Amino acid sequence: MSAPASNEIAAIAATIGRDIAGPAAADVDKNARFPIEAITALREANLMSALVPVDEGGSGASLVEVGEAVFGLSQHCASTAMIFAMHHIQVACLVRHERTAELQKLQDQLVAEQLLFGSATTEKGIGGDVRSSTCAVERDGDTFTLVKDAPVISYGEYADVIFATARRTPDSPPSDQSFVACLKSGLTLESTSTWDTLGFRGTCSPGFVLSATGPTSLIFEDSYSDISAQTMLPTAHTLWAHVWLGIATSATNKAREFVRGAARRAPGTTPPGAIRLADLMSHLQQFQETANGAARRFDELADDRTAVSAARFAIMMNGVKISASTLVIEIVSKALLIVGIAGYRDGGKFGLGLQLRDSYGGALMVNNDRIALNTAQMLLVTKG
Amino acid sequence: MSNEDKVREVLTEQGKLPGNVAELGIDDDLYQAGLTSHASVNVMLAIEDEFDIEFPDEMLKKSTFASIAAIDAAVQQIQSES
Repeated sequence: MSAPASNEIAAIAATIGRDIAGPAAADVDKNARFPIEAITALREANLMSALVPVDEGGSGASLVEVGEAVFGLSQHCASTAMIFAMHHIQVACLVRHERTAELQKLQDQLVAEQLLFGSATTEKGIGGDVRSSTCAVERDGDTFTLVKDAPVISYGEYADVIFATARRTPDSPPSDQSFVACLKSGLTLESTSTWDTLGFRGTCSPGFVLSATGPTSLIFEDSYSDISAQTMLPTAHTLWAHVWLGIATSATNKAREFVRGAARRAPGTTPPGAIRLADLMSHLQQFQETANGAARRFDELADDRTAVSAARFAIMMNGVKISASTLVIEIVSKALLIVGIAGYRDGGKFGLGLQLRDSYGGALMVNNDRIALNTAQMLLVTKG
Repeated sequence: MSNEDKVREVLTEQGKLPGNVAELGIDDDLYQAGLTSHASVNVMLAIEDEFDIEFPDEMLKKSTFASIAAIDAAVQQIQSES
């Protein structure tokens, strides 16, 4: 089966979300297990290479299109959507920054085998600052080795490739980082913690000591600082926003159905929750515009490396992350007030426990305070 | 004091580089020398203060602060345009 057309991927993902990810979501959440059936279906539908250009075997999708696919999944299972989003963030880094033959080969392999990409950007002892590393890439001739003590590697056990940050050389300062593709064939992961969290339980993201080796041509020639500014941060903030938008939409849909049910029971009167629902919809609409606007902006500027490297663009994307991760909590909370006890009760068609627990993850994954501080620094120097 | 010396002085005070600024060549990569994005903001504010200039937004990018020579060139460009 060949790659689907880019304008079809959102519909395919939505179907997989409804038919496969959704029915498994409660079990995935309850047992904190990897959503294997949904990820398998996404691979079989050739959606893993959506961002690879058409003439290189992919779908040539825009970030808007991938965002819509993430959104379609997230309404049914936010863990599946987050895994799919994180994978595509790494794919975007590969597609936009591959310079070596080995990395181009990896892209071909992604297309042919529909690999799953993960990442290891945080490290123990750096206090959550992903732009700083303790570990370093060590080179011996044409071979590199890397050992990284990562407090979190999302779906680490299930990823075929883990993209890791590390100091460029053992003599480099913490901020001078390289980005390395660690292939499963040269990778060992030693688990250091378990993943038993409030939400996003299906992402299976415990800590690992990662030990990797491989040819040095798996090290990106672009510095991680460039990859981060031009690709990783904007695509992460945009696609995460679409995951959270899916959670907010699913909660809103439950509130809407609840209010409609109340209206049917008392024809001729407007149920008390209806006004709250109207308020909720305006927030959801704001959220949709924020997420979609970020994706559109990235697509417009994607080829202008100077524009995407500029402080103004980074400030805008930071704003998207903070707004989106705050809005999702507000919206799910408002939906819960509308639905009431039926939403508070676990399970059942109005249960909002999973959405409520998932919604709090957004503000914590790359903490909003850290992002606000980063924006604050940039605002000291930007003029308008 | 030459512009280069002033840039070196600012880097010494605000760059928080692990090594000695005096030992850096004018084309050495400041990011590889340990300049962080946080420190580069402070360097920029100090450069604006030192030379009584303002960096326009389009110059707020990594390459502007990539080396002593790049900072020097940016200062000259702003001074010549004002």
